Amino acid sequence: MSQLLPVLVLSGFVVVFGAAIIVVASLLGTKAAKSKTKLETYECGLESDMSGSTKVPIKFYLTAILFILFDIEIIFMYPWALSFNDFIRQGYGLYIMGAMGVFLLIFILGLLWEVKSKALEWE
Amino acid sequence: MGSDIFEIGVNFIKMVLIFVMMVQLVPLLVWVERRGSAYIQNRFGPNRVGPLGLTQLLADAVKFLTKEDFMPERGYRFLFLAAPVVALIPAALAFGAIPLSHPIFVEPFEWLGQTWGPYQFDFQSYKIGIGIVFVLAVSSLAAYSLMLAGYASNNKYSLYGALRASAQTISYELAMGLSIVGILLLFNTFDFSEMIRLQSGPLSFHVLGTVYTFDFLPNWGIFYQPLGAILLLAAMFAETNRLPFDLPEAEAELVAGYHTEYGGIKMNMFYIGEYGHMLVASGLMVTFYFGGYTLYPFLTPGTVSSWFAGSTPTMTSVWTSLILHVVFLTKVLLFLWLFIWVRWSLPRFRYDQLMDLGWKTMLPWALGNTIVTAIVIFIMRTSW
Repeated sequence: MSQLLPVLVLSGFVVVFGAAIIVVASLLGTKAAKSKTKLETYECGLESDMSGSTKVPIKFYLTAILFILFDIEIIFMYPWALSFNDFIRQGYGLYIMGAMGVFLLIFILGLLWEVKSKALEWE
Repeated sequence: MGSDIFEIGVNFIKMVLIFVMMVQLVPLLVWVERRGSAYIQNRFGPNRVGPLGLTQLLADAVKFLTKEDFMPERGYRFLFLAAPVVALIPAALAFGAIPLSHPIFVEPFEWLGQTWGPYQFDFQSYKIGIGIVFVLAVSSLAAYSLMLAGYASNNKYSLYGALRASAQTISYELAMGLSIVGILLLFNTFDFSEMIRLQSGPLSFHVLGTVYTFDFLPNWGIFYQPLGAILLLAAMFAETNRLPFDLPEAEAELVAGYHTEYGGIKMNMFYIGEYGHMLVASGLMVTFYFGGYTLYPFLTPGTVSSWFAGSTPTMTSVWTSLILHVVFLTKVLLFLWLFIWVRWSLPRFRYDQLMDLGWKTMLPWALGNTIVTAIVIFIMRTSW
């Protein structure tokens, strides 16, 4: 906890710094008259057709879900990489290699299946 | 943060100084970028305001601050204002965890009728044991600020820019995370300082129990993990949304991407976030593959401190850290120049090509790199 206290302090400082900049900018900024056209959402001359709820292509959700799966699998490799040498030194090198081999096999099969099911095709 | 008021005070000032250093590097980098791009494209760039156009930065800052504070009527006010602030946080937090130089050791001293110390001040905002995981975790939060900006603007260009940005960032995070596994297998540590210490000696390979040493080369990660270094660098370009991966801001398709509706200092804060990310990326490259703040045959903590053999231990430590800090900064600036150089040399990808590169090319190569590294280390280090 004491290790993470400085992180909290720094994030607090950054938030205050950012908020202060925005407040100062809004105080210093020129005050110009606001009109209806000026306050409209930016669009290339037309009226914007964004109406509150926006539809987002399902593709992005799919990518995000796949990312979570693969990211967790990659995170599992970190402790393995960290303790790899200790296992070798103790003479359990083959065991740790085999264990990771099985894990990687599943990982690679998953990736292949994902490519084959066209989850990664973008048109 | 410390055991007494002196240590807490120094640590806090140090933290603020490192953050200010990050923020101050941004206008300088913008200047380098503008002058550099002008040099690459055979034109002049900003050269009128002050010597070499250097005070252009100051003029820009004043201009940004005095712009009209504006937001579209349809946007969500709180989120709209929060997004630029959120953009600052990940880069600042990640940069704070990277060691910028050798720690400073302060001997006990008398002050105000009291004995203080001894202290050890790390040349970084905070030292975290699992530094690498922390930096990866924090810097991936950058996607939130882009999503917030895109959503809060309530503008289709902003939203599509934000969607593209987040899909791209998370896709390349896989390749980035996986390309680091090789270097973890090699050095067996999550701690940046330890990793730099391991790289500060001469290059030495352990082959089947025998050690081969090359005295003239440093023990840098790049000699063991060239493929990992290339993959990490490419993934970093995508993570920072820089060309050739700047699809979120493809101006021909999306006006300006997620910050279409932003102007003045608020837009500039996104730039601070982006350049801060480049700084973190360069710092990571230098720490993982190029020896951090050491340069083996000439500039290591040992050799530099021997230059100051006559002075007190505290002063020796301070000067050593400052000189090594210059070494670190030089390496980082070289990488930052690489970022700028590439931006003005390569064209942009198409979106499907970008996603294919991340998922179908870089991910398998990073996986292959991990497997080969593991097998080689297994063969070399096992006592058969």
